[in-house]
Amino acid sequence: MFGFFRQQPRRTNSAQAAKERLQILLAHDRSDRARSDLLPLLQRDILEVVRRHMQVDSNAVEIKLERGDDMSSLEINIEVPDAQPRQAG
Amino acid sequence: MAKTIVVTSGKGGVGKTTSTAAIGAGLAKRGHKTVVIDFDVGLRNLDLIMGCERRVVFDLINVIQGDAKLKQALVKDRRLDTLSVLPTSQTRDKDALTLEGVEKVLGELKEEFDYIICDSPAGIERGAHLAMYFADEAVVVTNPEVSSVRDSDRVLGLLNSKTRRAEKGDGEGVKAHLLLTRYDTDRVTRGEMMPIEDVLEILAIPLLGIIPESPTVLRASNVGMPVTMDEASNAGKAYEDAVSRLIGEQLEMRIQPEERPGFLRRFLGRRA
Repeated sequence: MFGFFRQQPRRTNSAQAAKERLQILLAHDRSDRARSDLLPLLQRDILEVVRRHMQVDSNAVEIKLERGDDMSSLEINIEVPDAQPRQAG
Repeated sequence: MAKTIVVTSGKGGVGKTTSTAAIGAGLAKRGHKTVVIDFDVGLRNLDLIMGCERRVVFDLINVIQGDAKLKQALVKDRRLDTLSVLPTSQTRDKDALTLEGVEKVLGELKEEFDYIICDSPAGIERGAHLAMYFADEAVVVTNPEVSSVRDSDRVLGLLNSKTRRAEKGDGEGVKAHLLLTRYDTDRVTRGEMMPIEDVLEILAIPLLGIIPESPTVLRASNVGMPVTMDEASNAGKAYEDAVSRLIGEQLEMRIQPEERPGFLRRFLGRRA
């Protein structure tokens, strides 16, 4: 009944947002698929290197990822204990 | 004490993930520390509905398999600091979920959160079973439609038999609530859709809320915002009422009027 009004569908802002979010997400999904263990492995290797030089608790590692349009950023924070020697958990 | 609530339905596409996000955000808005967990291994979507998909690093499976700490896998919501998301894996299959693993993760979450909301996958297989197994309460999402009501009935049977509370057999089973979604008053009036009373008569569990069919739900999912973060919308208000009832408030049941653009608005085009 309202077919006439739908002949030229207007794309609303939220529909555009949906498309853009999906494009970014799917590009990452498709490329990540082959390497689903990338981040755990990366974390393990980084910790291994840091532990050669200091004692670090594996609970004190914070990894943040922000997937972007053109580039993503990976942020790794490792809480380093103070000068006094401490046993790693 | 922390409460574990499963959002389940049996049937797919009835609004489990939308409801999980809306209830989670609604609880968090009230100041309760809340985490929403995606149990749909291999078909991750809760992160997308919550709008945090770009920030997922680790997931439930990584935590269960010891590849990441729980704290690392939790994604904090940027709008509500009382809200966190625990995503699932997009690449593994459902066999990666184990009963012991899920129990351990839920145990750790209970120390930190007031409410743990488990978003069940459709079906009644492993993922759905584990999502409901440790639940204290269940939100059974149902559309007023024959196959959805039938599947909800089947899920209610499982809640009464295949959960830890049911197996303990001390009479304190999982407390199930009915959440009726995509309800269309006009179609009910025209006799095209089952009215609330009929669904309630068949399923015979207490009604948590009635969510009207609403364009807001698609808009919210488009932009990754839980419906309860949109305070003006009718669906948002209906979910807010449901959340109030979930935490024990006595609230009169009301059906939010439909948001219907007038003819002029329709003619001139819609805005987001």
